[in-house]
This record gives sequence, C-alpha cells and structure tokens, in this order.
Amino acid sequence: MSSIAQRKPLGLRIGLNLFIVVWLIMAAFPFVWTVWGSFKVELDFFSIADWTNAIFGRNTEATYGTPFTGAGYFGAWVQEEFWRNAINTTIVCLFVVATSLTIGTLGAYALSRSGFKYVFWLLILALIFRAMPPITLVSGYLPVFFDWNVWGYLPTSIIVLVAINQPFTLWMLHSFFESIPKELDESAKVDGCTQFQAFRRVIIPVMWPGVITTGLFSFLLAYNDFAVTTMVLSESNRTMIPAINAFMGTTQTEGNVMFAVAAVVSATVPLFIMVLFFQRQIVSGLTAGAVKG
Amino acid sequence: MKHRTFFWFFLPTALAMLVFIAAPIVSVVTQSFFLPHEAVLIETENCGPFGCNTSITIDQEATAELWEEAPLGRFAGFDIYLDRGHLATAEIGQAWTTSESWSEFWSIVFNLPFYRALAFTLTYTFVCTPALIALGFAIAVAVNSLHRHLRGLMIFFSLLPMIVTPLVGSLILFWMIDARGVLGNFIQYLADDPDLSLKASTPLMWISLIVYGIWSSAPFAFVVFYAGLQTVPQDTLESSMIDGATRWQQIRYVTIPHLMPLVTFVALIQLMDNFRVFEPIIGFTAAAHATSLSWIIFNDLGGETRQLSAAATTSVLTILGVAILLSPVLIRTWRDFRGRPA
Repeated sequence: MSSIAQRKPLGLRIGLNLFIVVWLIMAAFPFVWTVWGSFKVELDFFSIADWTNAIFGRNTEATYGTPFTGAGYFGAWVQEEFWRNAINTTIVCLFVVATSLTIGTLGAYALSRSGFKYVFWLLILALIFRAMPPITLVSGYLPVFFDWNVWGYLPTSIIVLVAINQPFTLWMLHSFFESIPKELDESAKVDGCTQFQAFRRVIIPVMWPGVITTGLFSFLLAYNDFAVTTMVLSESNRTMIPAINAFMGTTQTEGNVMFAVAAVVSATVPLFIMVLFFQRQIVSGLTAGAVKG
Repeated sequence: MKHRTFFWFFLPTALAMLVFIAAPIVSVVTQSFFLPHEAVLIETENCGPFGCNTSITIDQEATAELWEEAPLGRFAGFDIYLDRGHLATAEIGQAWTTSESWSEFWSIVFNLPFYRALAFTLTYTFVCTPALIALGFAIAVAVNSLHRHLRGLMIFFSLLPMIVTPLVGSLILFWMIDARGVLGNFIQYLADDPDLSLKASTPLMWISLIVYGIWSSAPFAFVVFYAGLQTVPQDTLESSMIDGATRWQQIRYVTIPHLMPLVTFVALIQLMDNFRVFEPIIGFTAAAHATSLSWIIFNDLGGETRQLSAAATTSVLTILGVAILLSPVLIRTWRDFRGRPA
C-alpha cells in the first residue's frame, strides 16, 4: 500500500479519518457515558437541568460529598441480591458451553468425515433450525415442562440452550474440521485405531483453536439470551439478563433506576473482558462462516 | 466413515435437536389448532331469609374430566388463525366493505395486533439490513486505509455494540435518548422543542429502534467485509489502475464484485436475525408504538394468563415468515446441490 499511485489525496484522507472518528464515537461513547454515569445519582445521570452535571456529578457531590458513588452498585448487588443472578448466569454459561461443545464436536467431526449425501441435508436442516427464532419454540416447551414439574430450574434452561445452540455449533465446527486434513485420522486408522480412538488421539490435540472460537460464541448465546431464560426460569432462579429486565419493572417505580444502570454496567464487564482477550478468535469466528459458506 | 460410526458420533447432538427443536415445532403446530377447555360452571341458588341469590362456581371435577378426555383441548381448526389476534379475516373483510378510502382501510388493518407487528417487523428487517450492510462496508473501507497499529484498536471498539447483550445495549441507548438523557437533551436542543420526547411519538420510536438495529449489527458486517478486503486480488486492482480506473471505479468494479458472496452471507444472517427483533422493543419500552411478531409471542406467554394457543399460532405464522424469507436461499442451495456431480 506504499506505492505513490495508491497514495490518497488529502481531502479523501481527512474525510475517511473523520468518518472513522464519528463511528468510533458512535460505537464507544454510549458505553463510556453509561459507565461514567453509573457512579452518579439519578439526578446527575438523567440531568434535566444542566447536562454537564452528568460529567461533573454536582448532585452526587451534594448528596455523598464526592463526585463518585457506588450506591447504585451497592443497591443492585447487595440490596437487590444481583449476586444470586450472577451466580446463576455463571452456572448456566459454564454448563451450556461445556455440554454443547462436547456433543457438538462429536457431531461436527462425524459430519466432516462422512462423505454421504445425508450430511448435506443434515447441514441444511441445521441451517433451518438456526433460522428459527427461539421464542417460537417456547410455547412448545411450557406445557411439557409444567406437566413434568421441571419448569423454573437451571438444568432445564441449560438443556434448552444447549439444543438451541447446536445448529450454530455444528456449522462452525464442521467448517473447522473440514480444514483439518483427513489424512491425519486416516493414517491413525491404518495403524489400527478405531474411528473414536483416531478422534481422541489425533484430532482432539489439534482441535482447540476451533473449539475455543466456537465456545466463545456458545458462551455469548447463553449469556445474552433473554427470551428463553425469562420464560423458562422461575423468579428465584433468574439469570442476569432477565433479572435486569425485572429491575426495570420494579425499580423504576421506586425511583432506583441507578440500580438497573449499575446492573447493566456489571453485565457488560465480562463481555468487555472477553473482547479484550479473545478479539482475534471472535473475528476469525465471524469470518469463518462467511469464507466457507 | 461407516453409517454405524456416524450414527453413534451424531446421536447426542441429533437427540438434543430432535427433542428440543423438532418436537417443540410439532407441538407448537398442534397447539395452534386447539383451544383450552372452558371451565365447567355450575349455577347454585342459595335461598336464605332475605331472598335468593345465585352464585356461579367452577366445577373442578368436571373440568378436570374434560382435560382427561381430551388433553389437547377443544379442536378449533383454523379458528385461532383467523381470529382478531391473528389474521383477523372477518375484521379485514368488514373494513374492506365499510371503509371509503384506501387510507381508512389501511389504518384499520394496521390497528389489528398481528398486522401492526408484521408492519414493524418487515420495516425493521428491510430497512436495517441494507443500511447496516452499507455502513459496515463503509467502515471496513475506511479502517482498511488506516495504519496497521490503529486497525486492531478500531476493531476492538467496533465489536462492542455487537457483542453486548441486546437487552443491555438497547437499555444503554434508551437511557441516552430519554428526554432527560444526554442525546435526548441534544435532540431537543437541535429541534428547538423542549417538550420533544422520542418516547411519545411513533415515527421517532420506529427511527430509534431502527438506529439501534443498525448500530448493533453494523459491526458484524464490518468485520466480515474487512476480512474480505484483505483478500481482494492486488493484481486486478493494479491493472484496473493502469487502465485508468478512478478510486471510486476501483471500488465499484473490483472490490464490490469480489465481496459479493460475503454480502449475500451477511444479508442472509441479518435477515434471519432482524426478523426476530424483540429485545430492543422491551429495552426501549416501545410496545405502545411498535410491536414485533416475537414480542406478541412473548406477551402472550408472559403474565398470569399464559395464552399458549394464541402464542403457538403466532409462532407458526412467524416460522412461516422465516421460511418465506429463507426460501430463495434454500431453492438456490437445492439447485446447486442437484447441479453438482454426485
């Protein structure tokens, strides 16, 4: 890109940089603003009198003596017991990721190593399942869950999320296993391994990059889900996202919007850390489907 | 791989999908044809010294017996599909005969819950998808021209709106565009109208929801296109330059054709995802101005009275909508597959 022919004229360069700055502000500013505001009182966060109050926290200073306060976080985590929801989310995400990767790896490996025609149809079927909005399935779950008395418990939501996750996991891992040369496990089979032994001894040691990438997206699906967990979990077993929605209903009447703001910021932190450490994997995961598909 | 081995490897994931995706679809379709039994009422007359009064109670035993006999409920055929909450054929027929102008007819139709939701869902899907593809492409081209060290930073910040939980992202934006929030204040200042509130106006609410949709999905298009830009053949670009192509012509005739398969991919994924728009409506508390098909299902399922039949019927209609959206892709895949030498 260093040849003179490709050097851009000044006007274009300024235009491009301006556009990037505008997008950067659009993408990042809401988060910065909300994190900053979450340490203020409501009168500052929603400052009707003077918007600079939200920056300098004049009302917060008048109430607490400092321009920053952890009152919102205290209210959400201690008073409203948000930590319970955080623990529930941790449990759900952990088990969803572990289970869906285990069964997804086996299934996707089989799909990639079997040359039969039904592989194509199974993948198409998975694509159709992927297109199904999860909420349309919920009215199919509820009567059965009520009948069997399994409604409201964490394991129920884990199994449902694992299943909803499978089509995507299969697609992603399938395209990843396709990129691992078939000669690897075939030579293991020639040496006398069964298919499963070949998988265990030859494929498992080299599959981790693809599995980690897929795992990140499984985690995102479980963590971000709102529709299914709200419908399937009882009030005492709520994960973080349904709990935030419940906050919106209860705290707004009590004038404690700041609890919800603090909870929202708390729920964003794990995602932020994830992007920080796994940016490369997320990008490769997003593009893997595109380049193959 | 032998069929048998394949079967055992594939069994766990197949079971999960059969039991929790395929079976619920069957169950949803069945439910959409059945109404719950009505409770059996008994009228009893209590006569006392001050006259008689009748009271109505539910005969629990008889009701339970009804459920025992027909556990699915009363068979309703297509009645639920045609009722006011769904396709509302009777209401539309009436509107057709009584209304005097097209605008009157459409205003009646768009006040019916299903059509109101359908109108917003389709508008959202077909405005957001092209817009986010265009924005994503513009960002990709711009970031690609940056210095190598800045690109990683740009990708990091660009990923945030997409990665963040939809409900959380919409709440964050909603608090900012609130009349007391910083953007809401700014818009009031721009419009010179201190009473302007996005929450009070239907068109403004639709615009905010669509802006949210573009904001949260453009990063996906950006990342995919950015990866595609790295593989644009430099030889073709150079020869087009030698032939005198301007910068714009290079993009138009070399870059965009090269990225076309990726555009199809992003459009497919985003059509599927935008059609299920739901969380922003909850986050923006926009239900008074805009509803979507997913929102109707959620609303029917929630609350004290779980209207399973109504929710199931809307679910089936939504699934049909997804099928129609996907059909061009499926037909093309089918043709490719048949055209492929076996």
